[in-house]
Amino acid sequence: MDKNRKVHQFKNPVLNWIEFRLPIISYFKKEYGDYPMPKNCNYFWSFGALATITLVTMIVSGIFLAMNYTPHTDMAFDSVERIMRDVNYGWLMRYIHSNGAAFFFIIVYIHIVRAMYFGSYKYPRELNWILGVFIFLLMMATSFLGYTLPWGQMSYWGATVITNLFSAIPFIGEGLKTWLLGDYNVGNATLNRFFALHYVLPFVIFGVVGLHVAAVHVHGSNNPDGIDIKTNNDSVNFFPYMLIKDTVAMCAFGVAISAVIFFGPNLMAEVDNYIPADPLVTPAHIVPNWYLAPFYAILRAVPDKLGGVLLMFGAIVILFVLPWLDRSKVRSCNYRPIYKWFMMGFFVNFFALGYVGMLPAEGLYLLIARVGLLYYFGFFFIITPFVGWIEKPSKLPLSISDVYAKNIAPNIGGGEKGIPSPALQKDTNL
Amino acid sequence: MAKKPKNKRRDFLQLSTVTLGAVGTAAFIWPFLKSMSPAEDTLAAGSTEVDISAIEEGQSITIKWRGKPVFIKKRTKDEIDAAKMVQASDLRDPQDDADRVQKEEWLVLVGVCTHLGCVPLGQKVSDMKGEYDGWYCPCHGSHYDTSGRIRKGPAPKNLDVPPYTFLNDNTIKIG
Repeated sequence: MDKNRKVHQFKNPVLNWIEFRLPIISYFKKEYGDYPMPKNCNYFWSFGALATITLVTMIVSGIFLAMNYTPHTDMAFDSVERIMRDVNYGWLMRYIHSNGAAFFFIIVYIHIVRAMYFGSYKYPRELNWILGVFIFLLMMATSFLGYTLPWGQMSYWGATVITNLFSAIPFIGEGLKTWLLGDYNVGNATLNRFFALHYVLPFVIFGVVGLHVAAVHVHGSNNPDGIDIKTNNDSVNFFPYMLIKDTVAMCAFGVAISAVIFFGPNLMAEVDNYIPADPLVTPAHIVPNWYLAPFYAILRAVPDKLGGVLLMFGAIVILFVLPWLDRSKVRSCNYRPIYKWFMMGFFVNFFALGYVGMLPAEGLYLLIARVGLLYYFGFFFIITPFVGWIEKPSKLPLSISDVYAKNIAPNIGGGEKGIPSPALQKDTNL
Repeated sequence: MAKKPKNKRRDFLQLSTVTLGAVGTAAFIWPFLKSMSPAEDTLAAGSTEVDISAIEEGQSITIKWRGKPVFIKKRTKDEIDAAKMVQASDLRDPQDDADRVQKEEWLVLVGVCTHLGCVPLGQKVSDMKGEYDGWYCPCHGSHYDTSGRIRKGPAPKNLDVPPYTFLNDNTIKIG
């Protein structure tokens, strides 16, 4: 124990009492109060906060749903219908939870797009990116498990198709599948364990999110120009500037998700999932949740079972090594005249893959899926390393405040070059 | 040099402690992993007796066996001929029709696509039967022939034939 530890002094004696025993107050002040954010961060930088809020909303609504849900094949479907019809505000809980999952993915996809376009995955934030991909994987697993619980036709057949992916593994595949299911096909044992895992995984996600946030706070946030904070003039305190900005984003998000929850709660739902699960009848088209559709499209684009499974998982695993495939030192695509367009092409391609992933795998759709598959992997293995090598990036600005003085400040009547406008000057009296 | 024996002893103690700990942990994990495998009641193999006297030629019925659909089809002459004509060596999963049936008019199959586990179409007259006039899996487009063998699409194997016996001319026992 360090006897010479400097204890932060606050005016409030209660805070001092706590701080002396557990320095949590100064921790929050440092990480969420005085934490310097690059002052050029745009609204793309609000999606991390939005994702955190959505995760908490999902956990809370999920706990209340679990109070009325029965994880048994004979009762699961009816218990969900009871939540919808009889439980007070049960419909609201369920619509928040089901649409919340979709919005969670929208937010996280935008968050990933932001990280890719502005090069947030590069030195020194590689581990941060890896933790993020890990969170993404956990989210996909959790949403798949959760989609099984209502025990409708899509739940049942989605679970059947996805667990059968494991049977593609040579030698151990069948055994592994049976072990995962606890039966020879999706049944009560499966539903029970899926419920248990669906309940616990979000807390694991919460833990990894904690590491993800802690990691980004070590080197600070990236920004649209992808250059480091050099002086105090380059940054603003998180509180109140970025908190207020995030709050505005949160209000807009609240309007969007409320519009869906109250006026179109089944917009993103599959009709077939309102039919109870029937092990003897497969729906004509098994459609994954739209947010998993790009990967499903990759699976179906390959005419070989094992190959399809490997490429589908490979499409996610490849993300882990992106920081090492990209050889360019320039972070932001705003300063990468060639790569920028390939990057945008990647986003469009991903969207197209998702679109055909929801449609039957035949004819033109299958062709699009195959071209999309080629671009997806070509982007990572060929375009990203190669462009980083041949491209001549535009001249990077000297500092964030320099960009600010040139481009933004003149329009809103700010100060001279290098001097931030009074409104954004650091408030040192916090 | 005097120190060496002492270090060796400490190394040995460290190594054996870690090894014992690892083995103990692994042994402790095993029951938890094993608890996820199918339970005894799930394993207790069920069998189902089916009355097939009412099945007309060309007709097919679906029954449930161990939670899975089983197709029982009374094949027509044309269907049997089509199945027999195929050279087994040309197939992805080479198998003669004779190896897949006990009586050639009766075809018994587990109705689970070997790709990703969907139930193929083809049981009803109105269903799509695929390019080989057997079964067609709507999920990812696998085509099976009149012997339930994979002919086209992503599935790696023929439809499984479950263990079954003819108790008499009108009854099949599956399982």
